Amino acid sequence: MENKLIVSPSPHVHSGDSIEKNMYHVLIALIPAFLIALYVFRLDALAITVCSVLFCVGFEYLIVKYIMKKQPTVFDGSAIITGVLLAFNVPSNLPIWILALGCLFAIGVVKLSFGGLGNNIFNPAIAGRIFLLISFPAQMTTWPVTAVAEATDAVSSATVLGNIKYAPELLPSLQEMFLGFESGSIGEMSVIAILLGLIYLLWKRVITWHIPISILATVAIFTGIIYIFNPIPLYNPLIHIFSGGLMLGAVFMATDYVTSPMTKKGMIIYGCGIGFITVAIRLWGAYPEGVSFAILLMNAFTPLINNYTSPKRFGEVVKNG
Amino acid sequence: MLKTFRIGGIHPKENKISAGKSIQNIEIPEQVIIPLSQHIGAPCQPIVKKGDKVKVGTKIGKSVGYVSANIHSSVSGTVLKIDKALDSSGYRRDAVFIKTEGDEWDESIDRSNNIKREFDLSSEKILSKISEAGIVGMGGATFPTHVKLTPPPGTKPEVLIINGVECEPYLTSDHALMLEKTEEILVGTTIIMKALKVDRAIIGIENNKKDVISRFRQLIKNYPNISVEELKVQYPQGGEKQLIDALIRRQVPSGALPISVGAVVQNVGSVFAIYEAVQKNKPLFERVVTVTGKDVKQPMNILARVGIPLNNLIEKTGGLPETTGKIVSGGPMMGKAIASVEIPVTKGTSGILIIPTLEAKREAMRDCIRCSKCISVCPMGLNPTLLMNLTEFEVWDRAETNHITDCIECGSCSYICPSHRPLLDYIKLGKGRVNTIIRARKN
Repeated sequence: MENKLIVSPSPHVHSGDSIEKNMYHVLIALIPAFLIALYVFRLDALAITVCSVLFCVGFEYLIVKYIMKKQPTVFDGSAIITGVLLAFNVPSNLPIWILALGCLFAIGVVKLSFGGLGNNIFNPAIAGRIFLLISFPAQMTTWPVTAVAEATDAVSSATVLGNIKYAPELLPSLQEMFLGFESGSIGEMSVIAILLGLIYLLWKRVITWHIPISILATVAIFTGIIYIFNPIPLYNPLIHIFSGGLMLGAVFMATDYVTSPMTKKGMIIYGCGIGFITVAIRLWGAYPEGVSFAILLMNAFTPLINNYTSPKRFGEVVKNG
Repeated sequence: MLKTFRIGGIHPKENKISAGKSIQNIEIPEQVIIPLSQHIGAPCQPIVKKGDKVKVGTKIGKSVGYVSANIHSSVSGTVLKIDKALDSSGYRRDAVFIKTEGDEWDESIDRSNNIKREFDLSSEKILSKISEAGIVGMGGATFPTHVKLTPPPGTKPEVLIINGVECEPYLTSDHALMLEKTEEILVGTTIIMKALKVDRAIIGIENNKKDVISRFRQLIKNYPNISVEELKVQYPQGGEKQLIDALIRRQVPSGALPISVGAVVQNVGSVFAIYEAVQKNKPLFERVVTVTGKDVKQPMNILARVGIPLNNLIEKTGGLPETTGKIVSGGPMMGKAIASVEIPVTKGTSGILIIPTLEAKREAMRDCIRCSKCISVCPMGLNPTLLMNLTEFEVWDRAETNHITDCIECGSCSYICPSHRPLLDYIKLGKGRVNTIIRARKN
């Protein structure tokens, strides 16, 4: 007996938290948005999402096993999340072979060439989406007529942000945008579904409020100030928050552990940066949508932010008394 | 809202299996091994030799140097030898081996059970009694109590804080002591207040010990200067700096002592020992030890004399379970894993935790996913993952400027890490190295 005792330094208990648990919590939080997507785009959404997950997991398995020659880590759940998020960021009528290229780029180049989970600088799903947007601009911005719109004889197939600058009369109501029945990428439309996901993530303490709230607040304040002076739909803060990929980006993509800052102060700087760049691109840029560019740019700043922000130390900042 | 400390913290499963169990006595074995170093500071010099007769309470080790504490015999009998023996530090160090003969106590010790409330001693006299009795911090740090109660020149204590938090999971020895010796602890508190010349004391207790809180509240009417504060359950609230922050909202600056914010903290076990030393003339040679674990047949709180092998305590609870994988002296968060059950109980042994093999092994380390949970839980507001990396790559200057020496080694970072990274292992290493560098620079 004596010889068999394990001697190791403290602590001798663990919370039981694991990478898998966090990843699967994120997947659970994505379910409401997925259900809305199924309702709006029917089988197309299912096909794109399933294919995207299979491509991402498959590429990760093959690359890790045969090129990196390591034990495949596909079951940590991160490749599944990349697959789902990439699918949520493309139109539901995207050709599958284009989707496959996006998955290969996201997993192979953005994630694994940096060393895999934990070592990548950029969020794989965001970088994958941008890769596709730049390489296949036509396919990536041709929006299908939603199943809901077909039922009501509507013909519009442009996104809210596509119309906001040039055809504001075609905008859906805020209520429709909140529920998510307008057109757009698969998983980005429903504000309410993504909010449910956010509440779940906060409840399970997978993320903190700092990043999503600072992004949304920056967008609201920035556009709100302009709206006070020029109240047209282009500057309406609610439309900006409810439309495009802002909610999906703020809740699920910008909060990616690996590519976002680690201190609370840093998270707020990062969130404000994303909000600011998003609005700048939306209002004055060539693209109608800027969330993914904003996140990608701020991903690049993350190491710098980490370097220049430190946590609030005991006995340092807090006032005594 | 219940009070707690303001930065970080975790809430591990409490697992206080032995809570509410009365304190049991244990037979004295035929031989005890009393280590000469049971405290932080210089080891004692033995003042007995082979063949000497000793009684219970006879001084056998004399403190040398300022930071040190006397050692007394816990049994009556004959000194067999003074030799090296394995202790909970994992090293073989000097100890006095005594063969037990009967149970004859030193005449000066008052063995009656009645509570003696009155005392009429000067501050200096109290301190010398505490020093003579060899009392140390019994929460686990084992810092000599008389040193802690002698504030450095130029500082003035304002408030005495009594630590009844017992935030470590599983441990219930302080709980049991507070339940059975409530009034003794209150008397002990007034003695320390007299020694420190302060007129205010706060007893901090986490609200998973409601029975103790109500016991104290019943008795406290007769002690107008002592108050009892119910605290939210949060680890590591028993850490001195965290407890001060929780109770009086003052944060001890980096590198400073609690006295810098006017506070002095004493563990309830030490307070009880002070009561016994001052009122009953009884030196510190026994303490309450929790023996617990998920597979232990009868987890219990045992009043054990110093020098009894841990094995005897484990046998009393029904023997070592088949499933045993690790034995920890202390709690699961900060306790030390021990290599042998033959090591003796010392003044700092708060508990023996027996962990089943399944829970004893660590999982494989994975890459950091930068989730920043370690930063969120660090009660000192440090960046554990950065400190681990700096230690790994031996970047000592940056480890120092990122305050690695502030770490209180509570283990919250390693506990929370989803990648099972051994953050605290590295930080302890780095902290030791940086402290050495700082000392070398001063000389």
